Amino acid sequence: MSPVLELTGITKRFGTLLANDGIDLTLGRGEVLALLGENGAGKTTLMSILFGHYVADAGTVRAFGQVLPPGDPKAAIAAGIGMVHQHFTLASNLSVLDNVTIGTEPLSAWRSRRGAARRRLVELAERFGLPVDPDRRVGELSVGERQRVEILKSLYRDARILILDEPTAVLTPQESERLFSTLRGMARQGLSLIFISHKLHEVVAHADRVAVLRGGRLVAERPAAGASRAELAELMVGRRVVHASRVPLEPGGSLLRLDGVRVEAGGRRLLDDIALDLREREVLGIVGVAGNGQDALSRLFAGTAPQPTGRIELLGRPVARLDHDALAEAGLAHIPEDRHHEGVVGDLRLYENAVLERIRDRRFSRLGLLRRQAALDHAAGLIRMFDIRGAEPTTRTRLLSGGNMQKLILGRNLVEQPRLIVASQPTRGLDEGAVAEIHRRLLEARGNGAGVLLISEDLDEIFRLADRVQVIFKGRLSAPLPIEAASEARLGLMMAGEDGDAPRAA
Amino acid sequence: MTEFWDIVLAASFWAAALRLATPLIFGTLGALIGERSGVLNLGIEGIMTAGAMTGWLSVHLGAPLWLGIAVAAVAGGTIGLLHAALTVRLGLSQHVTGLGITLFSVSLSSYLYRLYVPASGSPPKITPFAPVHLPVLSDLPWLGPAFFQHTALTWLALLTVLLVAWLLWRTPLGLAIRMAGESPEACEAQGVSVFSLRTGAVVAGSALMAIGGAFLTTAAFDSFYFSMIQGRGWVCIALVVFASWQPGKALLGALLYGMFDAFQLRLQPLVPGVPYQLFLMMPYLLSIAALVLVSRRARVPQALMQPYRPGER
Repeated sequence: MSPVLELTGITKRFGTLLANDGIDLTLGRGEVLALLGENGAGKTTLMSILFGHYVADAGTVRAFGQVLPPGDPKAAIAAGIGMVHQHFTLASNLSVLDNVTIGTEPLSAWRSRRGAARRRLVELAERFGLPVDPDRRVGELSVGERQRVEILKSLYRDARILILDEPTAVLTPQESERLFSTLRGMARQGLSLIFISHKLHEVVAHADRVAVLRGGRLVAERPAAGASRAELAELMVGRRVVHASRVPLEPGGSLLRLDGVRVEAGGRRLLDDIALDLREREVLGIVGVAGNGQDALSRLFAGTAPQPTGRIELLGRPVARLDHDALAEAGLAHIPEDRHHEGVVGDLRLYENAVLERIRDRRFSRLGLLRRQAALDHAAGLIRMFDIRGAEPTTRTRLLSGGNMQKLILGRNLVEQPRLIVASQPTRGLDEGAVAEIHRRLLEARGNGAGVLLISEDLDEIFRLADRVQVIFKGRLSAPLPIEAASEARLGLMMAGEDGDAPRAA
Repeated sequence: MTEFWDIVLAASFWAAALRLATPLIFGTLGALIGERSGVLNLGIEGIMTAGAMTGWLSVHLGAPLWLGIAVAAVAGGTIGLLHAALTVRLGLSQHVTGLGITLFSVSLSSYLYRLYVPASGSPPKITPFAPVHLPVLSDLPWLGPAFFQHTALTWLALLTVLLVAWLLWRTPLGLAIRMAGESPEACEAQGVSVFSLRTGAVVAGSALMAIGGAFLTTAAFDSFYFSMIQGRGWVCIALVVFASWQPGKALLGALLYGMFDAFQLRLQPLVPGVPYQLFLMMPYLLSIAALVLVSRRARVPQALMQPYRPGER
C-alpha cells in the first residue's frame, strides 16, 4: 500500500544549527506514528516544514502522491493535512463555531452559512467522538475541550492526516487516555496520525510505530508493540541517563507551615483554605493540572501575589505578611515557573542575572555601585559548579538554552545554601539530561537539610522526587499523601477533582 | 424642573441630539472596525479634521456635495493607510503613531486650508446639505421636526450602523476581522492574511471617520474652522469602549452623548452666571461616568494594540 505521506531528504538549517538532517519518513493510511525526541531534536521543525510554516533547504513532502509546494500552509490544508499545535491557536472571546469556521468561506461572501456550518460541525463531533457545544465561548472551555475544538478545526477542513504537537502536555492522565482512544477511533476510520511526544509510556502504549529523532536526524524507527522503554530512552538521549534516586530521610523540624491560607484577586478566590507543612529534609510535591492555582501558590513565595489571609509560619515563627523582606530573611529560594519572564532578564548578561536577586548584598555592591569584578567571579563560579554550558559570565542570557538557563537560576539560589526551596515546574521543557541534573541538585539540597516545595504538573517528576504529595484542584489542596500511597491513577482522579474523599472538606 | 421638561419636550431638542450624534456615529464605527481587527486608531481626531477640511474645500472649489464627501473619504482612507503602514506593517506603537497622525493631519489640514482661503474677516460659506423631505413622516406634527427632518448624511450614518453590524456578525469577512483582533495566529494559521485584514479595516474605518468630519462642514455647518472637531474624535474612542465594541451599542452611546450635548447647549442661557465652559464639560463628565459603569465587563479584543509579527509566539 502506498503511503499517504512521504518525506524525503528533509534538511533545514537555522544559521549554524542543523535542525533537520536528511530525514526520510513515511506514514501509512490508518496508521498512528509517534515522533519521539527531546527538545531541540527537530520534531517541531520537521512538522512545521510538513505543514508549510517553514521552507526546507532540501527535500520534498508528498501527500497522497502529490508534491506539496514548500512554505504554503494553505496548500497543506488543501492537501488534507491538519495540525494541532501545542499552544492552541484559538480566540477565547469567540464561539466554538466561529473558531472552527474561520477561513473556510470566501471572504467576499455577503453572508456566512452558519446553519450548514453548525450541522456539519455537530455531525463531525458525533462521528469522531469529540463532543462540544458549537455556541459556547472558547474561553469557558476546559483545556481538554479546547483541544477537541482544535482537532475539529482540522477535521472540518477535511484533514485526512492529523499532526498533534505534544497533545498530552496539558492533560490529566485520564484526559490523555480519552484522547488516545479518540485518536484510535479516528485511525480506524481511515485517518492517519502523527503525534509528537517525549513521554515514553504513551508512545509505547498508543502508537503503531515510533520514529526517534535526535540532533536533527532520524536515529531509529520501530514498531511500538514490543519496543522497550529503556531502549527508546537511550535512543532519544543518545546515552544512558542516570537518574538520581531518592533515599529515605527522616524529616526534621517545620520550615514552612500554612493553615487556612486564602488569596483573592479581583473578586476571584485564587487559593482557598490552603494547609501544608514542609519540613527539613523532605520534598513536598504539589501536583495538579495547569491553571488550578499553582501560579498563585508559586507567586506567594515570590512576594508577587496579593497578600494572603490565614496563618503562615516561616522557620517556625509566625509571619504577618509574606512580603519580599520576610522571604529574604528566611533565605527562601524561589525557582519561578516561567524562566524567561520571571527567572532571568534575557537582555542582561549572565553575570548580571547571577547577582540580580542579591543586588543589595555587600558582596556585589558598594555605595550603590555594582562590584563588577566580584559579580563576574561569582558568575564564573556558578558556571563551573553547576555545569552551565556554552556560556561565559558576559554571555547574553537569552542565548542560553532552556536547560542551562535553568541551571543558572537554580545555581544562583542553591549556592546560598537555602533552607527552603520553592520550585515551580523546574524541569518543564528541558531535555532528559538536564532534567536528571536538576533533579540531582534538588535531592542534594534535600540531603543537606533543605525542604523543597515542588509544584509540578509532571507525575513522573513527582514520583521521582517527592516524599509526600498534595493535589491542587480549583485553588484547594488535598490532604498530604505519602508517595508510597499515591498511584498515578489515584492522583489523576484527584487532579480531575473526581476523587470525592481526598480534597479537604470546605 | 420645568426648564428640564421645556427642553426635552421641544422637538428641536431631539433633532439636535441626532444631528450632534451623527459625526460621532461615523467616527465611533470607524474606530470600532479598526479596533475589532486589533488596531487602535488615535489618528481619529486628525482624520476627522482632514475630512472636515477636504470635504468642505472640494465643495467650496465647485464640486457637488456628494463628491465632497467622497473626497473626504478618500483623504481619510489615505491617512488611514499611513497609520496601517506604520502600525501593521512596521508594528510600531499604535498609541504613539496615532497621536502623531493626529498632530500631522490637523496641521496639514490647516495649512492646506490657508493656501486656498487667505485669512480675512469671516470664513467663506458653502451651501450645505438640506434636510431630506420624507413624504408624510416629515410633515407629522412634533414627530416630523423631531425625527424626520435630517440630512442624507444622518440617514447614511444610521444605515452604516446596520451595515457594519451585518459585516461583523453575518459575513465571513467580519469573522475574519474579529479573529484578527482576537487571535491573529489563528487567522494566519488558516491562511487568512492578518496584514490585509488589519490594513483594510483601518483604511475603511478612517474613511468613515473622515465622513464624520465632513458632516460637520457640509451639513451641520457651512464653513470650516480650525479646531472645529473639538475633541469629538477622542469621544469616539471612549464610545467604542462604552459600546463594548458592538455597533448597536455604539449608536446608543453616540445618541446619549448627542442628547447630553443638546441638553447642555439649551441649558446654558437658562442659568446665567455660570461660566459656559462648565456646561461644555458636562457631556465629557457623563461619558466618563458611563464608561466606568458600563465598560468594566466589556470583552476587549484580545489582540488589540498587539502588533502581529509572523513567526513569533
